[in-house]
Amino acid sequence: MATQLAAVPQVTAHAVQREARGWTSWITTTDHKRIGIMYMVTTFVFFCLGGVEALIMRLQLGAPDNTLVSPTVYNQLFTMHGTTMIFLFVVPMMAGLANYFVPLMIGARDMAFPRLNALSYWLLLAGGIVFYASLFWNPPEAGWTSYPPLSSSAFTPSGGQDAWIYLIHLTGISSILGAINFYATIANMRARGMSWGRLPLFIWAILTYSVLIIFAMPVIAAAVTMLLTDRHFGTHFFDPSSNGSPILWQNLFWFFGHPEVYIMILPGFGIVSEIMPVFARKPIFGYKAIAAATVAIAFLGFLTWAHHMFTTPIPEAVLVFVMLSSFLIAVPTGVKILNWIATLWRGTVEFKTPLLFCAGFIALFLIGGISGVFLAIFPIDWQVKETYFLVAHLHFVLVGGSVMTIFAAIYYWFPKITGRMLSEGLGKLSFWLMFVGILATFLIQHVIGLDGMPRRVYEYDNVGNLALYNQISTVGSFILGLGVLVTIINVARSVKIGVIAGPDPWKANTLEWFTSSPPPDNNFDTVPQIRSVEPMKDIRREVERRTSGAPASGAIVPAGATQVGV
Amino acid sequence: MGHLASTLAFFTPQSGGSPDANQIDSLFKITLVIALVIFVLVEGALVYAMLKFRKRKGAVPAQIRGNTRLEVGWTVAAAVILLALAIVTFAKLSSIQNPPNSGPEGDKLAANGGGGGGLLYASATRKLPPDGKSLNIKVIGRQFIWQYVYPGASEPDGLGAPYSYEQLVVPTNTTVTLDVVAADVVHEWWVPQLGPKVQAVPGYHNYTWFKALKPGIFRGQCSFICGRGHARMIATVKAVPPAQFDQWLAYQKKQLSEANQLAKVERAKLNSQTGAGQVENP
Repeated sequence: MATQLAAVPQVTAHAVQREARGWTSWITTTDHKRIGIMYMVTTFVFFCLGGVEALIMRLQLGAPDNTLVSPTVYNQLFTMHGTTMIFLFVVPMMAGLANYFVPLMIGARDMAFPRLNALSYWLLLAGGIVFYASLFWNPPEAGWTSYPPLSSSAFTPSGGQDAWIYLIHLTGISSILGAINFYATIANMRARGMSWGRLPLFIWAILTYSVLIIFAMPVIAAAVTMLLTDRHFGTHFFDPSSNGSPILWQNLFWFFGHPEVYIMILPGFGIVSEIMPVFARKPIFGYKAIAAATVAIAFLGFLTWAHHMFTTPIPEAVLVFVMLSSFLIAVPTGVKILNWIATLWRGTVEFKTPLLFCAGFIALFLIGGISGVFLAIFPIDWQVKETYFLVAHLHFVLVGGSVMTIFAAIYYWFPKITGRMLSEGLGKLSFWLMFVGILATFLIQHVIGLDGMPRRVYEYDNVGNLALYNQISTVGSFILGLGVLVTIINVARSVKIGVIAGPDPWKANTLEWFTSSPPPDNNFDTVPQIRSVEPMKDIRREVERRTSGAPASGAIVPAGATQVGV
Repeated sequence: MGHLASTLAFFTPQSGGSPDANQIDSLFKITLVIALVIFVLVEGALVYAMLKFRKRKGAVPAQIRGNTRLEVGWTVAAAVILLALAIVTFAKLSSIQNPPNSGPEGDKLAANGGGGGGLLYASATRKLPPDGKSLNIKVIGRQFIWQYVYPGASEPDGLGAPYSYEQLVVPTNTTVTLDVVAADVVHEWWVPQLGPKVQAVPGYHNYTWFKALKPGIFRGQCSFICGRGHARMIATVKAVPPAQFDQWLAYQKKQLSEANQLAKVERAKLNSQTGAGQVENP
């Protein structure tokens, strides 16, 4: 034996480095898993900050003619809230999940460009700090849309507006670098046998998310640069008194802003497409249709931006075109919802917390989707745009949509990230509080808007039932907040005392469950040959066959899997 | 049926002030009925699937990967529903967009081509009633108040026209066309019971119309974030019988010319005290 071994060229390790520990190891890391965790923790902190801002606003609106906050503070609150939730929570949280799970799901050992990946995270954090530092001076107050001329130096001279611009730039570069990295990783580093037709649907979603970011983000970067030079260097892009155009901003902003909507929801669709089959114990219904719908939505998403501009002076041909293209986008979205329900059909549905969040997502997102059709019909939009009806719509899509899928992802993947299970009891409590909270907060807001209350107002007169409706919404928002708090407690408890998960606690379908929980530094020692869209099913079947019919349990590590780190 | 109507009214836009608002309301109701049917069907299917197929002992999940006929079927069905909605919208569109003629009892001030004083610019995209006659009022949004300029300029360049702030006074049964502009930042004109909202964008003209069917006061406010005073940028429309409107407008003109006259006298006085030409005539 010994002589045989000597014949093989060997690598000699001269200095064995100890595994890095402590806080410096986090700062210097290029490991996609650690970067993913930093993304997720950071963005969740921003989610909580944005949530507190929302609750203060709801308190202010809890009674008519309330004087809890001044109009200036109120304008700052909704600007901070919207910007935080979009640029510092939903988009980078999806990037965090993708960071952790894209390499694991495609059988790669890291991202294509690990150091670029670290840079993406630190740019995100820098953007968040620049933005929140403005709290100590003058926070921005022109809304997350920052429409000029209101956001110009003449009407908003404060540096908070500039902090907002730099936040867009920093998080934008972060997102673009991340997107290039995801694309390169998915295109080049898939396991043997993982053809495009065997790509997990979450990976399809992240691929599309990346393409959307690469096309949409540079547009907003250009727009905010123009705003910056307008504010400080004497240009007049958006200044009507020098033949600049405020409408130009609206076009540029929404050319980015509408694809941004899909940047925020498509990864959520991917998460749901991964989780539903696992807990229904059935393959996803219509894999190809869902993947195709994802790409179709992304393409159509670039043709509908003007539906945010139905009340501007706009040619009628554009109104009609954009209404029809917005209708068109409802088709693939509706198809997905039906595919998910069909995935449950004739399955054996296990009511675990991740599945509940997915089902809650479908139930709530459907409401946002339907109200979206109302908004696409431009004569109806002329009544309901810029009112609480719109606020209700966008929150059903973003909270009922993206946030529910993010919570589904937290409950589904927490065991993989930490090696421990979250409590099912607290998870279900959190789900029901959030589900009821979202319905109570946002359903009534449709009516508030239809009764004539515009968005972004710090007070309202007590006409009709506005006071009662707003109270209902405020109570609901605190129920929703409580639901989020329960999950925070759940995570804090389970990190320490949660039940040990093992590599594959859900008996799931995709490759991240092939390795240990948490995965070792190199993710996999061996990567299996991929034969279908559900590689773990194949592996479990193979293990079952080799162990001659003995039932394969989640605790059994499949042949060839790594044991490192267990 | 009455109960259903009142339930629907809870969930529909405000209307009743102007025909276009009423048409939007009925378009909304048609869409709402279709939406409710889809909502109940899809949520029903979801809940049914969750409960009917929940995990039971001995149940075996069917390993179905798809069904092309079914998938094509529901894709086409979704497209057909949306096509139907588009057709309904197009059918309603003209009655929402195009202003009707003023009623026979409407105000006689309504002029050809929406012209008259107070109008500084002309545009091709303004919609006029079939007879071309409307009462054209210029709506100016500025932080944080609405200004209205009525026809009847006393000077050739459109200056000296009667105006009011916050409250727009209009005659009933008269087609009123609005020429909406902004003086500083973007605002949005919106009086729900009178129909569509339109943005007031600096550097642009935007247009809408309404025809108040009965006397009354209609509340609205700026609906586009315009700064710290946004919530208090109220707009009200007071619709009065045409005779009363003519009287009101004449009174405004009289006040305005009296004030101008007085100012002229004062200026003359000042000029004689300080030397001619120091205080310019307008």
